[in-house]
Amino acid sequence: MNFWHFMIANRQQVLDLTLEHIALVGLSILFAVLVGIPLGILITRVPQLSKAVIGGANIIQTIPSLALFGFLLPAPWIGERGGRLAVLALTLYALLPLIRNTYAGIQSVDPAVVEAGRAMGLTDRQLLFQVELPLASGVIVAGVRIATVLSVGVATIAAAIGAGGLGEFIFRGLAMVNNQVILAGAVPAAILALSADVGLGALERRLGSLRLRS
Amino acid sequence: MTTSASAGPAITFDRASFRVNGRALVHDLTLSVNHGETLVLLGRSGSGKTTSLKLINRLLVPSSGEVRVNGKSTTDWDPIRLRRSIGYVIQDGGLFPHFTVSRNIALVPQIENWPQEKIGARVRELLALVGLTPDLGDRYPQQLSGGQRQRVGVARALAADPPILLLDEPFGALDPITRSEIQKEFRDLQRRMKKAVIFVTHDLREALLLADRVALMEDGRLIANLPVTEFPHSDEPLVRAYVEAFSGTAPR
Repeated sequence: MNFWHFMIANRQQVLDLTLEHIALVGLSILFAVLVGIPLGILITRVPQLSKAVIGGANIIQTIPSLALFGFLLPAPWIGERGGRLAVLALTLYALLPLIRNTYAGIQSVDPAVVEAGRAMGLTDRQLLFQVELPLASGVIVAGVRIATVLSVGVATIAAAIGAGGLGEFIFRGLAMVNNQVILAGAVPAAILALSADVGLGALERRLGSLRLRS
Repeated sequence: MTTSASAGPAITFDRASFRVNGRALVHDLTLSVNHGETLVLLGRSGSGKTTSLKLINRLLVPSSGEVRVNGKSTTDWDPIRLRRSIGYVIQDGGLFPHFTVSRNIALVPQIENWPQEKIGARVRELLALVGLTPDLGDRYPQQLSGGQRQRVGVARALAADPPILLLDEPFGALDPITRSEIQKEFRDLQRRMKKAVIFVTHDLREALLLADRVALMEDGRLIANLPVTEFPHSDEPLVRAYVEAFSGTAPR
């Protein structure tokens, strides 16, 4: 039985696991955006915190993913379900690119433009939402893109703690020493990663053109 | 925004100094500008002109002494209200690259919540005032020439009709022909507007063209503060040096 036969014969399961995979990644990125972008903004306002925050996110990133899943296992409520655990771990992994890119994006806005805005009487809030964030949006979306592509890969390992997703096929294939089964997980995961990269890359370029200067 | 009614000078520097790490960028500056008057702050780079300007709209706060706008110390003003009553123009406009020309000009009326029709009418009026055609309103700043961007910068500063206008080397980046054109237009505009204007430049010819009074700064200190007609004939050595440096290079 070759790869295509296996995919067609198991199309329902391929679809289910792919959707599960998308849900894991989507939820994690959503949480990471909700936490990471405000943290990135915070450290442009309180620069004393920037080392600690970026350093902390950096350290999380250096923990091997399987070990991070293991560390979180004893956590109450979270540890009860593989899915919750996987989303938390993936969120933690996605934080670094989001915090770093939000910070770098805002820092790279032309200081003359920010100063002009301030001098015209924009409040801090108006400066942030009307000037800094729109001009940083290309760089921030680049962070979302990096985090998403990364998460699609890491999420395959979440199957090891029973979170489901395309990793199921990969682990099953490894146990069965069956390449077709491994590919049934790996190929859709690769397609997901590529699609996220291309789609978010296009959005990034669109937003990036906002900051074209004279 | 009609805060200009009060008597007395629009802007007063009262022994104002601004120090960074013990170094005085502006030292003991005392100077005032009346309503309807144009003061040109002249001096070489690093003489403290721009710093002085930023003390007026509270982008900076004096380390000692005070700066008063309409009789009230800048530290007693709500900074947002203060800045919205002062137009500010910088080199190359400082326009928002992600806003169209119209939105750039409408910035202050927009944040002041003017009704939309009034904003639209004001934008059209200002485009005409600074010599731009209405169709430019839909363009982005990077699609304009340097001279056009500078005109938009002036229009944006004038949008809410502030009683005070600050300009920091606004025409410095323009080619000589556009520059002289826009200088003359600005002079005519300013004669009609009757605002308190502080104009920063290092260009003596620009100063003599636009000023009612010229104040020369050097190393953060005020060297001279003279009516424009007297300035070129001053005996003050630094003023003479400045004037001579220009008459040596200026085409007659």
